[in-house]
This record gives sequence, C-alpha cells and structure tokens, in this order.
Amino acid sequence: MAAKKLNIKDKYRLLTRDLDWDFSYEDRKQAFPYEEFEGIKITDWNKWEDPFRLTMDSYWKYQAEKEKKLYAIFDAFSQNNGHLNVVDSRYVNALKLFLTGVSPLEYQAYQGFAHVGRQFGGVGARVACQMQSLDELRHVQTQIHAMSHYNKFFDGFQEFSHMHDRVWYLSVPRSFFCDARSAGPFEFMVAIGFSFEYVLTNLLFVPFMSGAAHNGDMATVTFGFSAQSDEARHMTLGLEVIKFLLEQHEDNVPIVQKWIDKWFWRGTRLLTIVAMMMDYMLPNKVMSWKEAWEVYFEEAGGALFKDLARYGIRMPKYAETIEKEKEHISHQAWWTFYTHGHAAGFHTWIPSDKELDWLSAQYPDTFDKYYRPLWELAKEQEAKGERFYTSGLPQLCQTCQIPMLFTEMDNPNQNSMRDSVFEDERYHFCSDGCKDIFDEEPEKYVQSWLPVHQIFQGNCGGPGVEDVLSDYYKMNVGVDNMDIKGSPDEKRWNEWKGIA
Amino acid sequence: MTIEIKTSTLEPVRNTFAHIERRFGDKPATRYQEATYDVASEINFHYKPLWQPEYELNDTGRTAIVMEDWYAFKDPRQFYYGSYVQMRAKQQEVAESNYSFFEKRNLARLIPDEIQRKVIRLLVPLRHVEQAANLNNIYGSSLGYGTAITQALLYNGMDRLGNAQYLSRIGLILDSNSGDALNEAKRYWMDDAIWQGVRSYCEANICVEDWFESFVAQDAILDGLIYELVYLQFDQWLADNGGQDFSMLTEFIQNWNKDTNRWVDAVMKISAAESDANKQLLEQWIGTWKAKALEALAPLAEEMVGPEALAIAENALVKRLNKAGLLK
Ligand SMILES: [Fe+2]
Ligand SMILES: [Fe+2]
Ligand SMILES: [Zn+2]
Repeated sequence: MAAKKLNIKDKYRLLTRDLDWDFSYEDRKQAFPYEEFEGIKITDWNKWEDPFRLTMDSYWKYQAEKEKKLYAIFDAFSQNNGHLNVVDSRYVNALKLFLTGVSPLEYQAYQGFAHVGRQFGGVGARVACQMQSLDELRHVQTQIHAMSHYNKFFDGFQEFSHMHDRVWYLSVPRSFFCDARSAGPFEFMVAIGFSFEYVLTNLLFVPFMSGAAHNGDMATVTFGFSAQSDEARHMTLGLEVIKFLLEQHEDNVPIVQKWIDKWFWRGTRLLTIVAMMMDYMLPNKVMSWKEAWEVYFEEAGGALFKDLARYGIRMPKYAETIEKEKEHISHQAWWTFYTHGHAAGFHTWIPSDKELDWLSAQYPDTFDKYYRPLWELAKEQEAKGERFYTSGLPQLCQTCQIPMLFTEMDNPNQNSMRDSVFEDERYHFCSDGCKDIFDEEPEKYVQSWLPVHQIFQGNCGGPGVEDVLSDYYKMNVGVDNMDIKGSPDEKRWNEWKGIA
Repeated sequence: MTIEIKTSTLEPVRNTFAHIERRFGDKPATRYQEATYDVASEINFHYKPLWQPEYELNDTGRTAIVMEDWYAFKDPRQFYYGSYVQMRAKQQEVAESNYSFFEKRNLARLIPDEIQRKVIRLLVPLRHVEQAANLNNIYGSSLGYGTAITQALLYNGMDRLGNAQYLSRIGLILDSNSGDALNEAKRYWMDDAIWQGVRSYCEANICVEDWFESFVAQDAILDGLIYELVYLQFDQWLADNGGQDFSMLTEFIQNWNKDTNRWVDAVMKISAAESDANKQLLEQWIGTWKAKALEALAPLAEEMVGPEALAIAENALVKRLNKAGLLK
C-alpha cells in the first residue's frame, strides 16, 4: 500500500491537535481553572486556526541553525573586540538601557507564555504559546550573551538583573509586564500577544536593531536579525488570538476592546524610553521617534484597525492624544534623565550642536519653541562648570509609574496631572489614559510598588538618596552614571581609540 | 597594524556580571552561568496575580519543597536555550534518517501483523502520556522558582511534545498516513481497560497543584517506570519477536530518556539532600505515586512482556532513587 501524502494541516492535526483527550476521571475545569473568570466566552477551541504549524523536530532544526550562526558571530565579536567598532562611547548607553529595561521583559514573556501555554484548554493555542515561551527564553539569553562582552568593557551593565527589580525608571517596563502576567490568560494574550507583539514590537525592536546597525554594533544587529523569524511567528499568533476571541462570541468584543484601550495606552507610555533612545541616545540617528511612530503605528496600525472594524473593534481610545504626544515625549523624557543623571544607571549628556539642529529639523513645530531653550540653558551652565542635577525625587504616576514629566499636549507649559480617590486615598496620574486604567481596576493599581514612595517610606535603605542609589540599587554613582564627560567609560574609550 | 596589536591586549574592566561574580568569584563565566543564574525576578512584583492572589507572581510558596537557594538545581547537561536546541537538532537528524530509512525500504512489511497490532495497542497510545508530561513540565516551568529548574522544565515540556510527535509518526507509518492507527490507538487510550489506570494517573497528575509533586509523579515515577518497561524491556521483546526494526523508531526516545534521567536524578538528589523535611516529603510523594503507577501499569506490563516485567522496572527505579539518597 502506497503511503498517501499528508497535507501540512492534516499532519499537524494528527501530530499535535489529536494528542488531547476528554477527561473521564477528573474534572477538566480543575486542570484548566482560569478560563472563565475574565468573562471571555470560548464556545469551541477546535475553531482555533494554528498560526504556524511547526513540529518540534523542525523547530529544533531551524532554531539550532540560527543559534549556531549567532554564537559564531558572538565569538568573533569578542575575539576581535567588536565593541571598538561602535561609533562612540555614548552609544553603549542605549545598550545599558536595553539590557536593564528590555531583556528582563523577554524573561517575563517566557514566564507569561509558559503560563498561558499550560492554562489554555485548547491544545492548538497551548502549543503555539509554549513555542513562543521557548523563543522568549531564547531572546533573554541571547541578549545577555550579546551584552556579556560589553559588560567587560563598560560600566552599567553589571547589575542589570538586580536593578531591574528595584530602580525607579525600570519599574516602568517592569510593571507593564507584571501587570500583564498578573492578569487573566486572555488579557495577557491581548496585552502581550496582540498589542505588544503584533502592533508595538516594531517600535521597540526595529529602533534598537537599526540603531545598532547605524552605530556599528554588530552583536546587537545579529541577535536582532536572528530573532526576526521568531517575531514573525509571534505576530501571527497575536493576530490569531484576537480573531479567535472576537469570532468565538459577540460578548467578547467589548471586553477585548477595553483591553485594547488599556494596553495601547500602557504600551505607548512604555515606548517613551524608546523615543528618547532614538532621538537622543543614538549618535547616528536612524529616524526620529515621530517618524517611526507615523510609519509603524499610524500607518501600519491604522490599516490593522480598519481590518478589525468588521468585528466591531475601533481604534484604541486616546489615539488622538497619542498622535500629539509624538512631538513631545522624547524631549521631555531625556530632559528628565539629564536632570536626574546621578540617579540613572547610564550616562547622560547635552546633545551636540549638530544634534540640536537635527532635532529642530525633525520637530519643526515643537523643538525650537519648547525644548531647545532648555538645552541652551544647560549648555551655558555646563560651560560655567555648573552641570545641573535636580536634587528632588519626582512624583510617579500610579499606573504607568513614569515621573509626572509629561505636559498637557495642547499646552506644553502646563504639567499634566490627574487624580482619583479610592477608599479615602488620593492617587495621581500622568494622563487621562492612566487615570482610566486605574478607575477600572483600582484594587489592582493601589498595589503598585512605586519606587519613589518606597524610598520615602524607608523601604529601600537610606537614609539619603545616595545610600539608596549605592546600596539598594547597587549603582556606582559617578562611575556608572552622571555625565558622559569625564566618565571612566569615556576615558577608556579615548585611550583605546588614541584620542587625546 | 598598530591598532590590531593594541586591541588584542585590551584589559577587561570585569570578567562577568556582578550577580555571577557574587556566586562564582571574579573570573570568566560560562554561557550556562550567565544565561541561568539570578535572571528571574525576586522582589517587588507590584500586583498579586488575579488568578492566584495568595501568591506573588514569582513565589517559592507554590511547592511544599523548601530550598535555601533555588539555583542549587544545576543542570548536569548545562542546557541553556542554545545548547539545548543544538543537542536536540543533532538527535533529530539521526531520528530523521532512521525514519526515512524505515519508510523508504518499507520495513513495516517485514514485521508480522500481530506485532504491528501490538505496537498500535501498546506503544502508540503513549503519545497521550507524553502530552500529559508536556502539560506537567510546562506547569512547573511557569509556576516554579528560579531559572535553573524552570528552564529545564520548559525544555523537558517541549521534548515531550517532540516525543509525542515521534510516537504519532510510528502510527502514521503503520497506517500509511491514513490516521487510522492513531485513531485506533486513541480508542484504546480512551476505552480499553488496559489503559485506564494510566489515563486516570495522567488526569490526576495534571490536576495536582504542587508543581514539584507533579514533577515527581511524572518525570521521576511514571517516566522512570515507562522507560524501563517500554523503551528497554518491550523494545527487547519486540526485537526478539520480529519487530527489531521498531527500535530505529524509538531510538530517539530511548536516548532522550538516558540523557534526561541524569537531570531528573540530579533534581531528586539535590532536593532530598537539602533537608530531612524535603526528603520525607519526597518519599511520601514517591510512595503514593509509585503505588498508583505500579497498579496502573500492571496490565500493560503483563501484555507487553510478561509477569516479571513490572517488578524489574520497579527495581531499576528504586535503585535510581536510592542513588539520589531516597527510600533508604
Ligand atoms: Fe522576544
Ligand atoms: Fe516576541
Ligand atoms: Zn501614567
């Protein structure tokens, strides 16, 4: 008997989907207990369309080929002191931000996808999430290995894991992922699988990776490239999740919309650090944050939401506010870091004159009017030997945990502040978006571990802020941070490069 | 030229990350170390999970096993993602050539019909056991503590999906890709009395809350017995009865077991050596689950090999557990 040829869909069904069975001896609800509490209705897991049909043997094979190439380049990079090829020592600070702020998110993604990859009742969805979980573990580990060489030659990488759990600005990305992981499994998928992986990931990874390419950083470019085919799979999974939820039951639509509103707002807040990185930390610019936002969100995202309209899904709430923010947030964020440069885990600096001109050209409506004057002032002070550092600690938004640095978008001279009262306590927010998120689930957000509050309450050592920085954060103040000018990083760089 | 000479003698400022240095001293670290130790978050989780408000997101309290340092579970294989996939890729290459050799020469036609029936009834349904093992290991990976053990559980969970797929392909070879053998095997799994003990064991373990207990019930007990019974004894029986070519198709799982047992034994040994309380708890779990597993496997062992088979498998398992400092 000649064996018939199986098409890929049937083969995948036989090799994967049919492995599951109906329980006879235990209640399946006990095995998958978290499927109902969010109010999402799943009528039939069999309707799940597998976003990619990869059996484990091919997974091992493809991924191993990628790993082999990747590690060959890492080896060559460190043997040849590849760090000397970056454009200048300022660039490396973008990598410090990446390793302390982003790589640990990959770890949380691994954990979150492992959780839903265990908890979903449908085997197709489970297996897809498990593979993503494994990919995300790959990402955090390859990133650590890529940064391992930089860590040997620059300050500020060495405590990335310790810092991620504690440092004031790192609680922004960290709380974002803790928020998603502590939510139910379906919200997690809308938050990370869809909003983050499908829509926002291009705004996180493309800027860092093309930033690396423009600035001579071979190690980062290589892991970025190597992760691209993983990300393509993650995007198809994110899209399948959204379609599946919306097609399963009409009652799911308003719940999903609420999550989309929430996670887009939270996501754009998170991307503030990317905005600042692109506009200020890359010595060789890729494109401005504003332009990246227009290409990757307004155009690509706009088309996506047009497509989702047939399910009754509309653009995320506050899309208009977000559109205005692209003109401002990078400038407001870098100014905050510049003035708190003693409390950052990396070096800060005043943009060069050439860079200031570039910013003027990229942001004709806002930069000269609101932000250039700040830098001119900073330059004057620096010239007088009075480089400026703020002594106070900023108040943080209860939801996104960013210092209240943002202004009203229609009036950039006016700080944006909102508040809500919950159980006789008043809470503060940076925006309507963050206030809405809080008001929807106050019991959750009153739990926020706000780093500045915690310092004031004495939970981070002390007594002085310097003690918190050096003991609780394990920063080498004045070595890992403050101005790049005169830093050990800069000194070593000049020695290596023979710059007097 | 001068630049090259200069760069080759650059002195690093430090050898590795600070948390690695605190554990292993100021010297160059391995990739396994940098990818593993102290990577998972430990404090300041912001929000209690809506799905388990009694715990933190990462919480040592989700098992009754207590460890002073959860990173004590060093993987003897030192698998991080890169070394893991590269090892499995090599093994799957061998498996692939075995499967295609078997298929190309249509070796199935040389195997007596009754042996083929026996394989469909007794071997192929194990793909569902692998599926249960997938769930149980992913469970531990998602709720366990510390990357040293949780990453190994993830690799194991994915391996089990791979094993299930290899077993399924045996069915597809025997039914010429119609899927009939797989359906038949599933009917045995669902309805044949011979499988109901194992199925009920699997369903019960999937519902176990303590992730470490679930690991013991799956990876240490059930897998330990099945390895001895199926992949050693039944494999030998098949070889003696005209089904020797099947071993080409089970070689992957056989080698996988050998390799994985080293890790399972290390986990058992390290957790037992930590404290008397751990040891007692482990022995209590072993007692309960081993009794259940022996009862569940008894009719299968009898049909696969014969009356002594199960006792031999049990002996081998107990020897491994003894070596890990348990049951003695
Ligand atoms: Fe990732
Ligand atoms: Fe991803
Ligand atoms: Zn906010």
